[in-house]
Amino acid sequence: MIFGPEEGHFALALACVLALAQFIIPLRGAARHDRRLIAMAPLLAVSQLVALALSFFCLVWSAVHDDFSVQNVAANSSIAKPLLYKITGTWGNHEGSVLLWTLILGLCGAAVAAFGRNLPAILRARALAVLGGVSAGFQLFCLLTSDPFARVWPVPPDGQGMNPLLQDPGLAFHPPILYTGYVGFAVPFSFAVAALLEGRVDAAWGRWVRPWAVAAWCFLTCGIALGSWWSYYVLGWGGYWFWDPVENASLIPWLTGTALVHSAIVVEKREGLKIWTVLLAIATFSFSLSGTFLVRSGILNSVHAFANDPARGVFILGLLAIVIGGSLLLFAWRAPSLMAGGLFAPLSREGSLVLNNILLCSICAVVVTGTMYPPFMQLLFGKTISVGKPFFDATTIPLTLPLFGAMAIGTLLPWKRAHLRPLLRKLRFAALAATVALGVACWTLSGLLPILCAVGAVWVIAGSVTDLWVRLGVSAGSFSHSLARARSLPRSAFGAALAHIGVGVTVLGLCGMSQAQHAIVEVKPGAVETLAGYQWKLLGVHEAQGPNYHAMIADIEISRHGHVVTVMHPSKRDFASQHQTTTEVSIRTNLLWDLYTVIGDRHGSGADATYVLRLHYNPLAPWMWLGGLIMAIGGALSLSDRRLRVGAARRTAHMNEDVVSS
Amino acid sequence: MITTTRTGGRRGMTRKTRRLWLVLACVGCLGVATALVLNAFSSNIVFFMAPSQLRDHPPAGDRTVRLGGMVVAGSLARTTEGTTPVNAFEVTDGQAAIPVRFAGILPDLFREGQSVVALGTMQKDGIFRASEVLAKHDETYMPKEVAEALRKSGKWDPRFGKPPSAAEWDTMTRTEARKITAQGSGAPASNGSNGS
Repeated sequence: MIFGPEEGHFALALACVLALAQFIIPLRGAARHDRRLIAMAPLLAVSQLVALALSFFCLVWSAVHDDFSVQNVAANSSIAKPLLYKITGTWGNHEGSVLLWTLILGLCGAAVAAFGRNLPAILRARALAVLGGVSAGFQLFCLLTSDPFARVWPVPPDGQGMNPLLQDPGLAFHPPILYTGYVGFAVPFSFAVAALLEGRVDAAWGRWVRPWAVAAWCFLTCGIALGSWWSYYVLGWGGYWFWDPVENASLIPWLTGTALVHSAIVVEKREGLKIWTVLLAIATFSFSLSGTFLVRSGILNSVHAFANDPARGVFILGLLAIVIGGSLLLFAWRAPSLMAGGLFAPLSREGSLVLNNILLCSICAVVVTGTMYPPFMQLLFGKTISVGKPFFDATTIPLTLPLFGAMAIGTLLPWKRAHLRPLLRKLRFAALAATVALGVACWTLSGLLPILCAVGAVWVIAGSVTDLWVRLGVSAGSFSHSLARARSLPRSAFGAALAHIGVGVTVLGLCGMSQAQHAIVEVKPGAVETLAGYQWKLLGVHEAQGPNYHAMIADIEISRHGHVVTVMHPSKRDFASQHQTTTEVSIRTNLLWDLYTVIGDRHGSGADATYVLRLHYNPLAPWMWLGGLIMAIGGALSLSDRRLRVGAARRTAHMNEDVVSS
Repeated sequence: MITTTRTGGRRGMTRKTRRLWLVLACVGCLGVATALVLNAFSSNIVFFMAPSQLRDHPPAGDRTVRLGGMVVAGSLARTTEGTTPVNAFEVTDGQAAIPVRFAGILPDLFREGQSVVALGTMQKDGIFRASEVLAKHDETYMPKEVAEALRKSGKWDPRFGKPPSAAEWDTMTRTEARKITAQGSGAPASNGSNGS
């Protein structure tokens, strides 16, 4: 076999050696100003990616060809599994996901090598070296403690199969997207460490870092939204976010990443907040790392995980300590040498961005506290406690409200210093919209916090629309004039406005969901239940045989004012071979509200049989994920603008180099 | 490169005043965040309790706790109130059995004789009213809090093999209950056989 497990194992080892070379050679070259050594960095990054891709392909090959001599395949796959899940199943377990993680990191390194041609060679070499170092560490972890290619003897005739709950297209593509978000923040991290080594952060640095941060942010946003959507339609509890440590682990870097994306603007435009931005870049990647490896692997959550595999836990803790501790130490040593930037008044674009950063970091601190407090209490005092939705609602929402206030105002402010009067004039429309929203919200929503959040969301959306309105000069000039301005307006302006609108849409969705209604009923076929103005009638229940399961399917007719709206078919699948049952939710959406039905147990038999049904009416539910998608599109739009900016940055960079060399 | 030390106009913006603003904003935000966290901690922390702990130290008022243990075999009884399905079962740690009442759909992995975690409040009548029942992942998995509680109860150590079977738990609970009634120490624990 050409793509056997041994070849994969060898390719992984080769990648590890290449990554080590990528770590050492460019750093040495940069220290000695040796052009030949510096020029090796991109080459090493690309070859490391090739080796990693080969290694990953070998694992996929083993899974697709049902090579059950590979322990990883035997434990997680089976002959009967559909091809798609054989492929996606390779990253559905610890070993495979670590390999995917390093593959994406290798991809990031190669991307910096390929798209970073405009960067100063030394900066790029140092950034690639940092990426190589991190890469080498995790490949060593993969090779030494969680080898995905380990063989098993005797070879089992069939694999153990996969949890049927995980056989879902949403979950299959969730990890790569989420991981790309997590790992993508390695690039701003590497730039931050490179800048610290160099002792210089300037506007150009901000311009180089921001596209990478925005790209990672887009993926992380999509990943979080996808994960939340998956738990909504697969788990069948009608919930979308459980404030589970695993979910928080993705939210924490998202919060600091959002702060990073904003503070890098200040570096780029005004050369301010430099030290802070470097620290944010380090913190975001550190949170990504701790999130993926500490929380996901359950090391912090349960002391038993250590006992199960002490080598793994100690290795990962050591690795985290080196990466995070090392970069923070470097930061403490070199940060004072970075010069502070321009001045600004509290009421200015910079001022609002600073407020944004402070608030986002406060929310992040609160989420970190809520996530880490229970495991530490368990570890130190042996008390088992948990914090859930009530805690996070009570702490994060009051901090989010001023953030919404600042979001609309900030984009309307000029740099350096603003005057109150023109600002208030611009805000008239947003204030009017918010007042109308307040009226509507008081009428339709119950509860103080949902009302305030809904008003905040409308305020943010109206503020973003006003921002575009003012920039396009719609009120001042003719239509053709505005169109001309729209062409010349940078895409990042549209991107930022769109991303802010996305936040507003998501928050409106969350407010709507706070008003969700549900009923749990046990009825006989023919019974009618009224919920949220709809009549839900159980027409009947029939059974069906699937490929490897037995299903019980309900027909529920939903009508309103005597007209049939839809017929829904929630089902319950019984996987006899794995002693597992899964619930298949049925959802009908009109983009304004979801009708969501679940069938539970059957009690009794024959004509007396009753069925437990769960009926949900979820207003504005699709908006939560739609908003996430809009945010990501906004980010991508602003990213498509970046390419031009990187070109612009090249000129200043070359000038800088000329100045240095002359 | 623009670096003005003063923005001009009425208000001169020096580095010092700017820093003051920043520090004030940071301290203000941090203060608010800390206050929010402390306030939320005092009212929203949910303690995990084993049945015997819940019996010996009932939580004050309508405080939400997580009750974890093994579902007593044969204790599950389903009824309906109107059209709402109601499940009644008992949770034991080998020392005490607590009756639980849950209106809703039990999770797919809920089984008698297996581990379960219920979120809810203890009622005055000694019945635990659950708002959420969790039985997670797969049949060999036991939530770590439950395993820990069972170890503390002295009836089973997770390090020494598989947990006792459902019948063994019932026997243990009954023996404990008999011991307690023999000692005459009030609070008669319900014996695990009334549901069958």
